[in-house]
Amino acid sequence: MTPQTQAHAVLPKWTAAIPAILLLVIGGFFAWGLTRDPAELPSTMIDREMPDFALTRLTPEREALTKQDLLGKVSLVNVFGSWCSSCILEHPQLEAIAESREVALYGVDWRDPPGAGAAWLARYGDPYLKTGVDGDSRFAIDLGVTGAPETFLVDRDGRIRFKQVGPITPALWADTLLPLIRKLEAEPR
Amino acid sequence: MISELGLFALILALIVSIAQGVAPLWGAARGQTRLMRLGASAAVVQFALIAIAFMCLVWAFATSDFSLKVVAANSHTLKPLFYKISAAWGQHEGSMLLWVLVLSGFGAAIAVFGNNLPATLKARALGVQGLIGVALLAFILFTSNPFARLFPVPAEGLGFNPLLQDPGLVVHPPMLYLGYVGLSVAYSFSVAALIEGKVDAAWARWVRPWVLAAWCFLTLGIMLGSFWAYYELGWGGWWFWDPVENASFMPWLVATALLHCTLVVERRHALVNWTLLLSILAFTLSLIGTFLVRSGILTSVHAFAVDPARGVFILAMVLAASVGALTLYALRARRLQQPPTFAPVSREGAILANNFLLLIACAVVFLGTFYPLAIDALSGDKISVGPPYFNITFGPIMLGVTALMAFGPMLRWRSDAARPVGGTMRAPLLIGLAGGLAAGVVGHSIAGGLGVGFGILLVVAMARWIQVRLRIGQVQPAQSLFLARAFPRSTWGFLIAHFGFAVAVLGITTMSVWETESLASMQQGDSTSFGSRTFTLAQVQTVKVDNYDAQRLTFIVTRDGVPEDPMITERRYYPERDMITTEAGIRIGFLSNLHLTTGEDDGSGAFAIRITHHPLAMWIWSGAVLMALGGFVSLSDRRFRIGAPHKVRVPVAAASAGAGA
Amino acid sequence: MKFIVIVLMFAGVPAVAQTQLSSISAEVEQAAREVGKSLRCVVCQNQSIEESNAPLAADMRRLVRERMATGESRDQVLAYMTDRYGNFVRMQPPLQFDTMLLWFGPLIFLLAAAVGWVAYLRPGAKANVSLAPLTEAEAAELARRLESGGSA
Repeated sequence: MTPQTQAHAVLPKWTAAIPAILLLVIGGFFAWGLTRDPAELPSTMIDREMPDFALTRLTPEREALTKQDLLGKVSLVNVFGSWCSSCILEHPQLEAIAESREVALYGVDWRDPPGAGAAWLARYGDPYLKTGVDGDSRFAIDLGVTGAPETFLVDRDGRIRFKQVGPITPALWADTLLPLIRKLEAEPR
Repeated sequence: MISELGLFALILALIVSIAQGVAPLWGAARGQTRLMRLGASAAVVQFALIAIAFMCLVWAFATSDFSLKVVAANSHTLKPLFYKISAAWGQHEGSMLLWVLVLSGFGAAIAVFGNNLPATLKARALGVQGLIGVALLAFILFTSNPFARLFPVPAEGLGFNPLLQDPGLVVHPPMLYLGYVGLSVAYSFSVAALIEGKVDAAWARWVRPWVLAAWCFLTLGIMLGSFWAYYELGWGGWWFWDPVENASFMPWLVATALLHCTLVVERRHALVNWTLLLSILAFTLSLIGTFLVRSGILTSVHAFAVDPARGVFILAMVLAASVGALTLYALRARRLQQPPTFAPVSREGAILANNFLLLIACAVVFLGTFYPLAIDALSGDKISVGPPYFNITFGPIMLGVTALMAFGPMLRWRSDAARPVGGTMRAPLLIGLAGGLAAGVVGHSIAGGLGVGFGILLVVAMARWIQVRLRIGQVQPAQSLFLARAFPRSTWGFLIAHFGFAVAVLGITTMSVWETESLASMQQGDSTSFGSRTFTLAQVQTVKVDNYDAQRLTFIVTRDGVPEDPMITERRYYPERDMITTEAGIRIGFLSNLHLTTGEDDGSGAFAIRITHHPLAMWIWSGAVLMALGGFVSLSDRRFRIGAPHKVRVPVAAASAGAGA
Repeated sequence: MKFIVIVLMFAGVPAVAQTQLSSISAEVEQAAREVGKSLRCVVCQNQSIEESNAPLAADMRRLVRERMATGESRDQVLAYMTDRYGNFVRMQPPLQFDTMLLWFGPLIFLLAAAVGWVAYLRPGAKANVSLAPLTEAEAAELARRLESGGSA
């Protein structure tokens, strides 16, 4: 058997370029990745009906929020807690929203022992038309809540149309929420 | 003042690195020896300057100089000195400085130890190393300056994460950096070889010890991180397939493959292109890891303070280094390609097959780590890939690797027949099969049986290898002993490292499949039983130490009535950080660990106690240490082989026995 | 019995799930722990709800145990959580159209490696061998023959 004296190409020429091309594609994805926050979770509840819920009373005299209260008008449901520091930051904006009477504002006191929520509202002011306490996160989990504050925009039929994760800023209110509320109000009954 | 000196040294280092990056490459292209030699001096000077800068930073931390932003953000006057110093590399800026220190250290080592290298190769390698340094120093000076000042100077620092005040964590980053920054040497040499257009046995002989050294440190670094997680975090986990863990594991997989194919290049002058490709890939993965930790594209418990602007810079570096080198590879590889000089069934064949499996394993880890990002980009869908995915996909591949490790060393170089090897391997196969079946049946686990079976296969295969090599049973014991003494260190290294791998496989399988736990709600005085042991909560104390308050629970442990050492677990509260950590009580044993933790007191004095039994847990990290040890033993052999070969008196009988090695 | 279990669940203040141990059976607890290990904590996103210290994780753990105590299967509980939080909350990504590449990727890699192996090593395996440098044994044989006068 005569040994071959000339080295021959084993793999096609273009295969040598595969690694470089792969890296470019991967680099593209990385570059895209730099433009967003990986921890952000989109909501699965958009355009779905608000789930049924049963909240306990904030104080013995006040009735708890129920789903009935949300039907028939456009409302904002704000999840807060006395342990939540960002909620204090958001509070002035919520008071402004309540005063503007553009939308019905309701509160869900999440993971607070009895009395804590009421004390917090007494201290900082109560912007909510009605509040309920979700002590064991049952309602929060049904809504897909991951932290406080989170706010849900609910239309007249009780459908969730928008979710805000984090405090409502004046800019968010003016540029996003208010136009959306007006649009939902204008929807035919 | 000292910090000014540090900053100045860094700026000088950048200038020197530009010289180191440009001059030797130019000189090698033009054949100007002066410029080529400049590379070596520049490398040494650059290392000295960065070392000065690093020491200035350490000084700033040691003296709690809060006029520096990083010190104010990460240190505290109450911290012990040891941890003040280690805080120097415990944050983004300081760790980048450590990164570039290690990089320049390796560059200086090439300059100092590379005297028997061809001048152009050495110059080009130093040039590439210098260019990497330029990019990193520019990154540090323009986006992550450790010497940035803070005004007004605060009286106290912001403290430090108490989880990081730990000896294991002090050593873990330097080890990791020595590892994956060390892979830069292989990268530089590969790019230099591509520029030169030739690769010979001397190239491989030169590169191999650096890859081996980097691999050893990387093994230790990963092992330290895993062991730290086990004893520090409260639930006995030791590997989470967290993106940043994966980022250090992928270079390890490729470095392991690289280690073995450089062996083939050196001994048999085959797989040259493959080796060049892997060298570039290994360092690219190191760079991607650096990118991952600091850019914030994936959530991880490990991530440093996230800054997308820095991420852009690092990404540009990663792409320049990787796409640049790979394009050069695409253009030049043709010149270096050879047809295969070995048959599929052969030592080289087994090594190549193992390389393929290791690369596939790396690709799988890469896929799992970055898939959520890709899907989010393409469809906006948010998924997450957790341990179940990796266990299902990565596990079987590593079993294949284990099997090849058992068979491979039995095969001869160039060409071998399958049948005789099959005969030699019959005993290991049968014993492995028996062991695996026994474990699987008794332990009710297919995965467990497979892991144990393959682990035993490897161990027995190695014993068989030793038996064949030393002709145990065929010649007098004294003769076998003589043959053993003739083993070069690299053979001992191979034996220790592969054995360590088998130990780790057995440990990982057993710990993952057969750990058991018991949960109990206990008050002081209560007892609970677990296995053959009884645990009694004897004492609940509140202790105040240094910068934390702790609730300490002491348990009396008896086994079948015989008292054993007490076990203690703590829940610590760190007031400055408003953080709670759990210190587990761990009893370490050769065959198993006991792991004891407590939840919080539910108000009535009852604690949620969790006791876990971890069979063969210590084998995981001992196996890793053995692997690194084997690597170091092999390295100690290298020193005598670089340069001219020297004569060794070996009797004829040993020569023919060793011929197959 | 179920009612008592549920009432007991509500009675506790939000706390570590282990304190409800006494009210559910060991099998349910074991099964619930398995399910918990495959659910990702949405707060500390790199841990399962079993391992996470986050208060929401504790509540989720309790919810999982509750639902499993009423007889729900693992799949049902996972579906319940996925419905509210999306696929992100599953540690093991579901097999669906856009995860095909993820799940079949390893097989594709194996195939690619096999193809590469065959492409590289098969063509004239015998011929390849002849191009290799001599092994030590062959070199010794050659030296011996040369010494003996090259009469072979």
